Amino acid sequence: MTDAEIRALILELICEIAPEADPASARDPDDLREVFDLDSMDFANLIVAIHDRTKVAIPEADYNKLFTLGGATAYLRDALGQ
Amino acid sequence: MSDFKMPALGADMEAGTLVEWLVRPGDRVKSGDVVAVVETQKGAIEVEIFQQGVVSNILVPVGQRVPVGTVLAQIDGARGAALPPSIEPAIAALKPAPQVLAEAPPRPIVAAPSSRPKITPAARRRATALSLDPTVIMKGTGVEGSIRLADVEIYASGAKLAQRPAKKGLDLSQMRQAIAAAMSRSKREIPHYYLTEMVDLHAASTWIERYNAEKSPVERILPAVLFLKAAALALREQPQLNGAYENGAFTPASDVHVGWAIALRGGGLIAPAIRDTDRKSLAELMAAMRDLVERARRGNLRSSELTSPTITVTSVGDRGAESVTGIIYPPQVAIVGFGRAVARPWVVDGRIESCPLVTVSLAADHRVTDGHIGGLYLAAIARLLQEPENL
Repeated sequence: MTDAEIRALILELICEIAPEADPASARDPDDLREVFDLDSMDFANLIVAIHDRTKVAIPEADYNKLFTLGGATAYLRDALGQ
Repeated sequence: MSDFKMPALGADMEAGTLVEWLVRPGDRVKSGDVVAVVETQKGAIEVEIFQQGVVSNILVPVGQRVPVGTVLAQIDGARGAALPPSIEPAIAALKPAPQVLAEAPPRPIVAAPSSRPKITPAARRRATALSLDPTVIMKGTGVEGSIRLADVEIYASGAKLAQRPAKKGLDLSQMRQAIAAAMSRSKREIPHYYLTEMVDLHAASTWIERYNAEKSPVERILPAVLFLKAAALALREQPQLNGAYENGAFTPASDVHVGWAIALRGGGLIAPAIRDTDRKSLAELMAAMRDLVERARRGNLRSSELTSPTITVTSVGDRGAESVTGIIYPPQVAIVGFGRAVARPWVVDGRIESCPLVTVSLAADHRVTDGHIGGLYLAAIARLLQEPENL
């Protein structure tokens, strides 16, 4: 997957959790939890959804690397071995 | 033959709109079946039946708004109570406090109010100017349901709140009214007392890290699950905090059904029950919370989930405030609040260390308990959270 595809996937999964979210409103440095008002359960569900779609099981200790859109994209790119 | 009636689904509900029938005349039903969907101020709720038999007559058509207690359908060969015993007292307690009603009586069923509708002078002038009869403006949002100028404008613009075609979904202004009515009643009727306790989360955090490290994402649990279980188990030691105050007396509940406060996206709050909270495993509680959050947001909660809570627990999560002090949801007698976990200096064995802490609060009903009991309850939660492996 390209970075653009990973980014699009992350935003798609967020939109399933937060249907009113406007994916265009997020920039790479933004904290996803703030931009899309994700609470602890929402974020846990995002991790589950990423696991379902990419088979990447993100350890809890790494959650903080996925708080920003840029961080999440980079993390998944590395995890997918690209 | 027995009657299936519009249930009261909360301290604030006066009427509901039938949105969908899931059964037809001739269908066989049994206790626990979801037979209809009702639109309330708190969104669409799936209504269960607690009778068994055959649906003989459907008396209220889709789209009609009727008061609580209206017969919706008749059931032939009905056996079993009209409602589960746990719901009956809750409903009985919901009846008083007509003064907080945010709405005038629904017109299709109830005869026109004999007294003049409460209406502000500005609203009356505007209504007259528009050649509107104030009594047809069904939705007053002012004090004690009085009609304000804004209500007239809304009505005039064609957005007739109460007459709008029924649809599934959530109306945030209605939700706000429902919350306002319940919380106003609570603050007026319940003499609250408040206690807080700082709880060391070192053991709980360490344990949860280890637990989650071995699990796939879907099996992992949130700290809130430990909070929920500890709050439920501690009630076994202080059962006076678990139950309902109604008709001037407290009735302790025999089971612990914690109402779990869920913030809805875009605003609003609902606290459906997780049944037998104290007897569920942590994994079961996590699954129950996930399921409730999803269904609360979709509008697929069931009637019994709204009527059965025996206490409420709210946890603000990792982006909330440092502490939260709740308002009791009548006829319950207590609400427990967990703030955001924070790292703070803490004295351990005479030395200052950085320690994860959470502020736990209790708001409880002075008609039932005193601060002594409340303090023991918070101490029990703190103690239980030091042994997370036993939760």
